[in-house]
Order: sequence, then C-alpha cells, then structure tokens
Amino acid sequence: MISFEKVSKKYADSSPVLDKIDFSVEKSEFVSIVGHSGAGKTTLIKLLLAEEKPTSGKILFDKEDIGSIRKNDLNTLRRKIGTVFQDFKLLPDRTVFENISFAMEAAGKTDEDIQSDVPYVLELVGLGGKAWNFPQELSGGEKQRVAIARAIINQPDILVADEPTGNLDPLHTYDIVQILKKINDLGTTVILTTHNKGVIDSLERRVITLEQGKIIRDDKEGKYVL
Amino acid sequence: MFLTNLRRIIRSGFHSFWRNSFVSLAAVLIMVIALSAIGSIMFMNTILDTTFANIKEKVDVNVYFIPEASEQDILNLKASLENLSEIESVEYVTRERVYEDFVENYKNNQTTLKALDELGDNPFGARLNVRAKEISQYQSVAEFLDDQNTVSLENPIIDEVNFEDNKAAIDRLVSVINFVDQFGTLLAIVLMIVSVLITFNTIRLAIYVSREEIGVMRLVGASVSYIRGPFVFSGIMYGLVSGLITLIIFYPITLWLGKLNDNSLYIGINLFDYYVSNFGQIFLVIIGGGIILGAISSYLAVMRYLKS
Repeated sequence: MISFEKVSKKYADSSPVLDKIDFSVEKSEFVSIVGHSGAGKTTLIKLLLAEEKPTSGKILFDKEDIGSIRKNDLNTLRRKIGTVFQDFKLLPDRTVFENISFAMEAAGKTDEDIQSDVPYVLELVGLGGKAWNFPQELSGGEKQRVAIARAIINQPDILVADEPTGNLDPLHTYDIVQILKKINDLGTTVILTTHNKGVIDSLERRVITLEQGKIIRDDKEGKYVL
Repeated sequence: MFLTNLRRIIRSGFHSFWRNSFVSLAAVLIMVIALSAIGSIMFMNTILDTTFANIKEKVDVNVYFIPEASEQDILNLKASLENLSEIESVEYVTRERVYEDFVENYKNNQTTLKALDELGDNPFGARLNVRAKEISQYQSVAEFLDDQNTVSLENPIIDEVNFEDNKAAIDRLVSVINFVDQFGTLLAIVLMIVSVLITFNTIRLAIYVSREEIGVMRLVGASVSYIRGPFVFSGIMYGLVSGLITLIIFYPITLWLGKLNDNSLYIGINLFDYYVSNFGQIFLVIIGGGIILGAISSYLAVMRYLKS
C-alpha cells in the first residue's frame, strides 16, 4: 500500500535527516515508528503527507509516486490520509461539529452525509455531548479525540498519528491508543510515531526503530528498544 | 456541487467575520479610514471643479467700440466671433445700455452726471462681452479681434480690447488653476495608493492570524479554492460593512459642511446637496471600491500562506 524506496532527505548544509529509508506498509497494518528526537520520524511523516519532497528516492502510495503529485492536486491525496498531530491542529474558531464537518465539506460530501456521519463519529470517540463546544472549551484528551474523529470521518485508507499522545496524561494516552486500535480493527491502516515506551509495549504490533535517519530495527511484534 | 460549495464558503466566511470580531472590527475601522479618504478625494474634486468653473465664468474680454460704430458692423463682428470654436458666448451691450449703466452706477455722484449732461450726446460706444470656453483661449480671441481691426484699418470701429490689461491676471489665474489641478490629481493618486496599501496590509494582518488554520485546512484535504473562498468572502464583508459605515459618516459631515457653505464658509457648492443628488455614484464607488479592495487584498494575502 505504501512503500518507501531508498528515500533520503537532506536539508542544505546538514547531514541527511533520512538516509536511504526502505520499508513498506500493507493494508490494515498498525505500524509504530519510534526513535529519539531528531531521528527523522516527523520528517518521514511530512514526506508521506507530501508536505516536503524527498531529496532522492520514491514514496509510493497505491503505486502512485507522491513526489510527482502537483501542488494543487495534493488535496486528493490528503483526503485518503487522515492525520492526527501532537498539537491537535484544530480550527479554533469552529465548533467540534464544524471542525469535523469541514473535512467532509472539503471532500465534497453532501449535507445529509454530514448530518448523519458527524454525530456517529463523535459517539465513536466518546464526544457525543460536545458537538457545539469550541476547541478552547475542551481538555487535551478531548481535543485529540476531535482530531481523530476528523481524521477518520472520510474513511481514509490510512491514518497517520504523529506523537498523538505527546501532550496527554497517562489516562488520556490510554484512551487515544484504544481508539487507534479500534480504528485499525475496523480495517484502516495506522502509522503511529511516538516516544512513549508504554504505548509501544502495550500495542504488540510492528515497530520500526529509527536512529540518525536510518532504520535500525523493523520488528513484527516489537517492543520499544532504544 | 458548485452551489453547495458556494453556500458553504459564504457561511464559513460569515462565521469567520463574526467570530473573529476583534480582528474584523480592526480591519473595518482601518478600511473606513481608507474609504473616507477615497470619498474625500471625490468631494475635493467636485469642490475644485466647481470653484474653477465659478472663476472661469467671471473671466471675460470686453470689446469697446467707438461711439460712431454702426450697429450693423458690431452685429457682424459678433456673428463672426460666434463662429469661432473657442467662443462660449458673446453678449452685445448697446450704447444706450452702457449709458444707462453708467448713470445707474454714478447716481450718487452728481458732479459726474452733470458733466455727462453737459456733453449733450451719448459719449459711450457699444460693447461686446466675449466669453471663451477655456481661459487659455482668450489670447487667440484677442488676436482675432486685433486682425479684425487691422483689416478695417481705414475705418476701425474697435476703440479698445481690454485683454492686454487683464492678460497678466488671466495668465496668473491659468497657472494657478493648472497647478492646483495637477497638485490635486497628484494628491488624489498618492492618497488612493496609501489607502489601498493600508487596506491591503490590514487584511494581510487579519489573515496572518489564521495562517496556521490555512495549513490545517490543506492537511485535511481542502482544495486551494475551498480554503481561499471564506477568506475572500470575509474580505468582501470588511469592504461592505466599512463602505456602509463610511456612507453613514458622510451624511452628517456633508450636512454640516453644506450648512457652513450656506452661512459662512463659501466653497462654491453645497456638499450635502451634491452627496444626496450623486448618492448612486458615490455609493457605487465607496461600496464597490471597498468590496473590490477587500476581496483582492484577501485573495493575495491567502495566496501567500497557501504557497508557503
């Protein structure tokens, strides 16, 4: 489904952030990417979302080279990839309902679909009663659940979560991981980057370990080893 | 789908305008100042045009004839003057009328009137008041009259053309009017540019606040036009609201200036009457200008963050 083929990323006057990365992710897999700060996790996610282009190598998504997609056509790719970030990236002047419906509107969904799907996904992430709250009225865990709801509302092929629990306490971290597992169980591919050893060890899924821009381990049912 | 998207863009732009009320208020206030400047330029132009027209109306050249000149000759000259393209109007004042005007003017000066009586006959010649279309054309009118007199040298009927006496004053007036006209145009252009730049920067600052949102919208798969639409609509709202406020502000200001004009400050035109009678045109310029400025400024500002 996704394959990185000898992908390198180098910024001017610096050593490579990613160095000939080679791996692929199959449909419905749950892959965690771990590594110290600066290991290249976030760069790898940015390349996957086509926020940046690789210096060399190819990233194929359903056999299409992401690097060759024109800037104005990137929205089509991004509708296939749901994204969740450490800092939530919600639209502050829109309600929870509007934050989620925005992703559906952007994908051209009808008003009827929006009215039926948004309440459903809010129930799924346990925020049924918060539809008309603004992001600043929510806790960190709730904000992240809104971000997850927005990420999955268009039933993307893949969900990318970049340090989704980085700003959360252990209880909310557990909640978020459970939601990600549930989404994966429903058939969506999940790519998770994290520092959190507890999260990785509790998942018992595939773990790719990055160090200084290189893959040093790729374990089918891995643990956090660094 | 187009209509659905348009409806969503308008709703979203309206929400953004309303919910970011502080930013919207700041943008609207600055735009009110910019649009007021544009409106003031219109009023200044009208005041200048009216003043110039009033001044020009007061300028004419008088052709004085000798008392012996026959009325037919004078009327012939009047007809040839009227055939000139530079001429706005020619007024014929008969000898009798000149005499009556003189008597009227000097009715309190018995010595002068007595001296006039003693002359017995009417000593005054007739007069033509010649008005050209443009002040600068009096020179060629004067030359034409000179030629007429030269042609009929054996029997000249023109006693005097007062152009040479007035020439210095007319020349000075022409140069003052030209200077004020050019300076006014330059000032208007500078004010317009400043207004446009201020508006553009204000809206850019308003959108700068939302630059992270633009990034988020791109990440969730919104197309460039779908992201840009609500911002452009908000820009249109800034222009519309500030245009309406500007038009409302102009009402009491022009009313006050109109009263001043009637009482003490003579500016040659009642601005309130001008505002009311040209409201359609002013409405179009202020509201239309505001909307176009707001929309284009927003469009360009969002482009900047969409590219980055």
